[in-house]
Amino acid sequence: MENKTFYNEILTDHNLHPGHKHALDDANMVMEGVNPSCGDDIFLNLKVENGIIADGSFQGDGCAISQASADMMLDLIIGKTKEEALELSDIFLRMIKGEASEDELELLEEASVLKDISHMPARVKCAVLGWHTLGEMIKN
Amino acid sequence: MCREQQAGSRCDNKRSEFAPQTEERFAAQGAEIRKDFPIFNIPGENSGQIVYLDNAATSQKPHCVIEAERKFYERENANPLRGLYSLAEEATREYEEARKTVADFIGADDSSEIIFTRNATEGLNLAAYCLTELLLKEGDEIAVSIMEHHSNLLPWQQAARHAGASLKFIECDKNGVITDEAFEAAISEKTKILAMTHISNVLGCKNDLKKYSDFCRDRGIILVADGAQSVPHIPVNVKELGVDFLSFSGHKMFGPMGIGVLYGRKSLLEQMPPFLCGGEMIESVTRESAVYAQIPHKFEAGTVNAAGAAALAEAVRYIKKTGFDTIQERERCLTEFAMKRMKQIPGVNIIGSPDAALHNGIISFTLEGVHPHDTASILDADRIGVRAGHHCAQPLLAHLGIPSCTRVSLAFYNTCEEIELFADSLSQIRRKMGYGE
Repeated sequence: MENKTFYNEILTDHNLHPGHKHALDDANMVMEGVNPSCGDDIFLNLKVENGIIADGSFQGDGCAISQASADMMLDLIIGKTKEEALELSDIFLRMIKGEASEDELELLEEASVLKDISHMPARVKCAVLGWHTLGEMIKN
Repeated sequence: MCREQQAGSRCDNKRSEFAPQTEERFAAQGAEIRKDFPIFNIPGENSGQIVYLDNAATSQKPHCVIEAERKFYERENANPLRGLYSLAEEATREYEEARKTVADFIGADDSSEIIFTRNATEGLNLAAYCLTELLLKEGDEIAVSIMEHHSNLLPWQQAARHAGASLKFIECDKNGVITDEAFEAAISEKTKILAMTHISNVLGCKNDLKKYSDFCRDRGIILVADGAQSVPHIPVNVKELGVDFLSFSGHKMFGPMGIGVLYGRKSLLEQMPPFLCGGEMIESVTRESAVYAQIPHKFEAGTVNAAGAAALAEAVRYIKKTGFDTIQERERCLTEFAMKRMKQIPGVNIIGSPDAALHNGIISFTLEGVHPHDTASILDADRIGVRAGHHCAQPLLAHLGIPSCTRVSLAFYNTCEEIELFADSLSQIRRKMGYGE
């Protein structure tokens, strides 16, 4: 089956040993994201200076997919401008729908391991939770 | 309760003290039963590979039930209760005979006490809505057990809101036991209705409805029971239980989706106002008012699901032919075997009683460090279907202090081999999620 190898080492490692799961005292943007179906509930914290995401973290509970996805997202977006982060978010959401090109997938680095989540429709919301929260935060 | 000692044909761990012929007989019986279910016999490469352990969500359907629904549409299809021609009369006869079959099955006095609904949820909504109109007043109380499925909670929240009444919760302990003190703490002279499930869809425990109905009768409290998880698995007799209402779904008892049953005590149904209004539930209509039909038709507005009712009646015949002795014995053995295997797996925490005899085929659990949705997804990769989440019982999970859990629910057509596949897959999950052995 498609998801036989889905829980691979990259995903489980980000879940068990997230690099960005902690409080961020000097965050100037905070938003909660909730996925009622899995009960995932995360807070995304960003410190944005001069339009650049200088630092970021997440907190909260959820399934491995939501946790690992948020952690991989923060790996990618820290150091990027808000516009670049939004562009990555757009690519990620299109990847889930199977609409991203190979070149675009490379830009997502490790986060591209979630591309096959589309074979598990019930879990798509978990994978996109962090990215949706990021998009809403920046756009508002 | 525990019939563990009567191990006439007990299914147990391989290499057990039980005679090989006992295991063989159990396996052969399971194989014979599974021939009745097309979904376990799909030709092709994946034939027979699905391990279906989500029977509390919906059961699989035997061939005879699927054929009964098809037969109605192929040979008897006309709008029942209306037409004056022979085909419509045939459809009506089939529909009303199904009602009689269900009435006999649950021991109702009169088939007019059987209202066909879409499912257990609709029946509970009907009871709540109509009882609110009939008797609920401001300041009244409705007692609800904390272990109710949302379908036997939310209609009462609405009822309380509309009438200005209040909800009182009957608490249970972590095994699902309701003490007399906990029960009485939720009851007062203002209590008008008691809403209680027969078997919990999360804990698998059974509530003693007979004891509660005796209590309620003396005090004029109406007992509305949810039989969704009991009617398919144990003999249920509404007269013996003494309940005023019992709602259950066809699809959980090997019948089709879209047909359910609400049993109601005749004297109450007759007094209750209608639920949905419209076609074929009236005697006469003027511009301003209507005289409603007699029960049960007063509660069955619009074109009914006659094919579903006919197929549900076939499901009842299938259950009777199989026999509750066989169904209960198999499910008891399977539950015992599953719990024994699960308890051997590090990190598995079974929710509810440690005694398999008190689980009625429903085993909810958590796996340390692994979110239930990840557990379910990884089991799915091995083609094992289980439920994960809050099981439409969020207040119960909050009461137990569990955000969510995974649930295995068994039916008599499951086998020990399936339990072993499940247990083997479950035992690999923590390793797959990156935890050391």
